[in-house]
Amino acid sequence: MSSDDNPYDLLADEHGEDHRWAFGTGFTDPLAGVDTAVPAGVDAADLAAYCLMLGDDALIYSHRLQQWITLLPELEEETAVANIALDLLGQARLLLARAAAADPSLGADEDRLAFFRDEPQFRNVRLAERADADFAELVARLFVFATWRLALFERLRASADPVLAAIAGRGVSELAYHRDYAAQWVVRLGDGTDVSRDRMRQALAAVWPLVDELFTRHPVEQALGGVAADPAAVRAEADLVIDTVLSTAGLDRPSAPPLGRVSGQTGRDGMHTEDFGYVLAELQSVARAHPDATW
Amino acid sequence: MVTATAREAAAATPDPELPQLTIDDLGILRSVEREGDTVVATITPTYSGCPAIREIGVDLRRRLAAAGFARAEVRTRLAPPWSSDWITAEGRRKLAEAGIAAPHAAPHARGPVPLTLHPSRPQVACPRCGSARTVRTADFGATACKALYRCDECREPFEYVKEI
Repeated sequence: MSSDDNPYDLLADEHGEDHRWAFGTGFTDPLAGVDTAVPAGVDAADLAAYCLMLGDDALIYSHRLQQWITLLPELEEETAVANIALDLLGQARLLLARAAAADPSLGADEDRLAFFRDEPQFRNVRLAERADADFAELVARLFVFATWRLALFERLRASADPVLAAIAGRGVSELAYHRDYAAQWVVRLGDGTDVSRDRMRQALAAVWPLVDELFTRHPVEQALGGVAADPAAVRAEADLVIDTVLSTAGLDRPSAPPLGRVSGQTGRDGMHTEDFGYVLAELQSVARAHPDATW
Repeated sequence: MVTATAREAAAATPDPELPQLTIDDLGILRSVEREGDTVVATITPTYSGCPAIREIGVDLRRRLAAAGFARAEVRTRLAPPWSSDWITAEGRRKLAEAGIAAPHAAPHARGPVPLTLHPSRPQVACPRCGSARTVRTADFGATACKALYRCDECREPFEYVKEI
């Protein structure tokens, strides 16, 4: 068989050492060739701040999911969680690149935004940074996160920023898979044995204090009417999905009170929980140890 | 014709994750056009996190250079998002040949995506024996674009390109 017949050989042989295909051997701007001009009438700093919020949610939550790899109960769950984490990492790259392109005063590209910002500069919701205690918590958190994010992205498809609309247009079909995966597990565990039902109930109770923040409108979202999706406006449809799944699973909606603000601030303002320092340190450690490295 | 030659060279680029298919078979290659003395190839990623997209860009430029187009640029087009409906008839034939089931028609809902709590996926015929007695074993497979199935007739597992 000549190398022309075998695409694997073709990929390995003809690129030379610099361009051999492997994960992590090099990344170009995910928005290369995309028109990133900020639409007239849209505040560039607000748009960048909003893209950081959505991008940080995906980046931090993706890393939390990646921490599960090799620890999940079955091979199918490994591939599912790895794929979900990969989808979210892709969304994070696009959104951080969109933030960097919208506001050059950030003085950063997606890599610098991901690896060289400090804790208070991250704008993710606190749900994203939480460490899961067990598989039921992974399921509970993914279910809430994907349901909420899908509802936001469905609206963002009509965003006045065409780049954001395009990112959301792709993200919707990915998030629909994530939500269905988690929802099916909520039902399977909730409608399973006494032990699985109890663990699922505890997991929902543990995650619930972080749910209110998801649907709280931030001043940046308020300022970006027509560009941002209003999280308060998607609460009813997200609740409908949540209640449908919980009732199918034979579970009650937890009544835990929401986690309060700290000095009037939440994750969207850069005020995070103790869990965040650990996940961020792990995410950034290699880049910070080798700050001049290129890849 | 210059553009036709460039188009042919670009269209032969294999997909790193489904190397039996070219990016043209998959519908990733959206256009190949001349802009002055530069050839511009435009591609649309399949999934947000598709790790192959950078390699596709490198390979595209290399193939265009080999075909005599030293000045080549690869651009990303995000909208409309890639759809599995864009896989060509030739692409579907090659998938089947590789033992991978081709996707059903993609849903085109514009409003809220309905929740799926119970498997209601369309039946997928086994690409090896043709049997309809197949079950989905996982929504996620070795790559973002595929789900896993098992055939209860010939007992073989197989992959299915998801409809999106």
